[in-house]
Amino acid sequence: MKNNVIEVSAVAKRFGEIRAVDGVDLAVQQGEIFGLIGHNGAGKSTLFKMMLGLLPASEGEIRIHGQSIQGEAFRQVRRHIGYLPENVVFYDNLTGLETLGFFADLKSVDKSTCPALLEKVGLGHAANRRVRGYSKGMRQRLGFAQALLGKPAILFLDEPTTGLDPEGIREFYQILREMREQGATVILTSHILAEIQERVDRLAIMRMGKIQALGTVQSLREEMDLPLIIQICMQPGMLGELNAALAPLGLGEVVEADGSVLLRCPRETKMAVLSVLVGLDGKVADLHVREPSLEDVFLGYSE
Amino acid sequence: MSRILNIEWHQIGVIASKEFWDRIRNRWVLAVAIVFTAFALVIAYFGAAQQGAVGFHSIEVTIASLVSLVIYLIPLIALILGYDAIVGERERGSLDLLLSMPITRFELLFGKFCGLSGALAFSTLAGFGLVGLLLSYQVDTASLFHYAGFMFSAILMGMAFLSMAVAVSVIATDRTMASGIAIALWFFFVLVFDLLLLGALVVTGGEYGGDIFPYLLFLNPADIFRILNIFGLEEVKSLYGLATVFPENLANPWLLGATMVMWIAAPLGFASWRFK
Repeated sequence: MKNNVIEVSAVAKRFGEIRAVDGVDLAVQQGEIFGLIGHNGAGKSTLFKMMLGLLPASEGEIRIHGQSIQGEAFRQVRRHIGYLPENVVFYDNLTGLETLGFFADLKSVDKSTCPALLEKVGLGHAANRRVRGYSKGMRQRLGFAQALLGKPAILFLDEPTTGLDPEGIREFYQILREMREQGATVILTSHILAEIQERVDRLAIMRMGKIQALGTVQSLREEMDLPLIIQICMQPGMLGELNAALAPLGLGEVVEADGSVLLRCPRETKMAVLSVLVGLDGKVADLHVREPSLEDVFLGYSE
Repeated sequence: MSRILNIEWHQIGVIASKEFWDRIRNRWVLAVAIVFTAFALVIAYFGAAQQGAVGFHSIEVTIASLVSLVIYLIPLIALILGYDAIVGERERGSLDLLLSMPITRFELLFGKFCGLSGALAFSTLAGFGLVGLLLSYQVDTASLFHYAGFMFSAILMGMAFLSMAVAVSVIATDRTMASGIAIALWFFFVLVFDLLLLGALVVTGGEYGGDIFPYLLFLNPADIFRILNIFGLEEVKSLYGLATVFPENLANPWLLGATMVMWIAAPLGFASWRFK
């Protein structure tokens, strides 16, 4: 049986005339890494804030571990939540360790766990330096350490990799996977679709306050039925032969640009194209088959 | 409603201690204490210079002079201390993270108020207390008691203005607006209020409103502070027109003190109601 950790039922949020979130239903299961993507102003952050109980919903209900985030048990619920806001801001006059200690106090987490946590996010060397001198990436790491305080059962991460370098991003997802292995549920937003497409179990695409698509990256690809991109490098002067061989498949004439040919090919024609290319043995110099990226899927839904 | 009653003092303590230690670390407390010490020393030893003499004369004159000074200074300091308590966090972007913690909004607000009150009280006690200690060699116990009362009431007045400042920090949409409202409050309570009352008395020739005039003074924590301190001092009472029109039965320190406490509680209550 699926164990839903977060349940969002028919939730809407109005700001005056604007419906920032408009009838969202969503269930996030225990132990999954769930991505929430959408344009700026699509309603992601508003939905996030409602899930955290920072904003009351105008309509509908949100339950975390079966309990209302706004209700009597809110303290109990929040002790098991880690939150990293977008553009996290800390107190410049405190050191990294003091900052973490302050939030540990508020969450009733043993402060002696703080130095190890800083070490884990790669800030061990800067624990006793004031946050004033931290770079954007270091602040983001500190924010992540803060979210990890007390081994939360649910992590809400809003644009978590902003400001991180590639190594930082890799370490970040490594820690997320560890958390998931220990049973934590992660829900995150990101603008960098290429970064999350291989790393989330499921995702929802939000547009104008509504959930437009929901599923795994693969299921969304299939649902959109986007063509694959086949990049072919032909031996010099062989372009005509390629066009002649491909003509029966009805994919249209291809032209060469920057030394290679980009062929947009429906999923079901993929094998036929490949066997044609195998037949052109010796005339094809190189070949790449590219699945439509999450970005293509996202743009497909946006159109 | 149940949220407000569901108070965890530990959370209030965490917020309060952070606010308090922030003010100690950035030397705010030290700076204010030094200002208070310097003023108190100057007033105690040179306060009678206009009469052609220097040196310490009487605790009563010293307190009266300090009251005149503190009545301007402490409301200003308290308003500056508290005006960005909430709006500052909101504008910086750190409020959402704080509110995502297992803490109620009331706990956050009250914790901030307590921590800032602590900083204000500590600097007041340190600044004036040091001078009090010096004076203790020259005056009797009753005078020291008066002086302690002055310090205590100054703290209460500071807390009343701090409470207003915290309320401002909740309703203001940005820090600029908050500082504007804070300065306007200072102008109103410290400079304009008494003038308005006196003006009204003069315009009506004292025929109307004379009876309610003393009660109107309860509407200003700065006036309550003045009455608390001046009324008990026979030597200076006549120097202040205010004290002579104030009926004896209303000058009960418990009544004045209770009104001051209401002045501390009311803006805070309003603030926690608005802070949703």
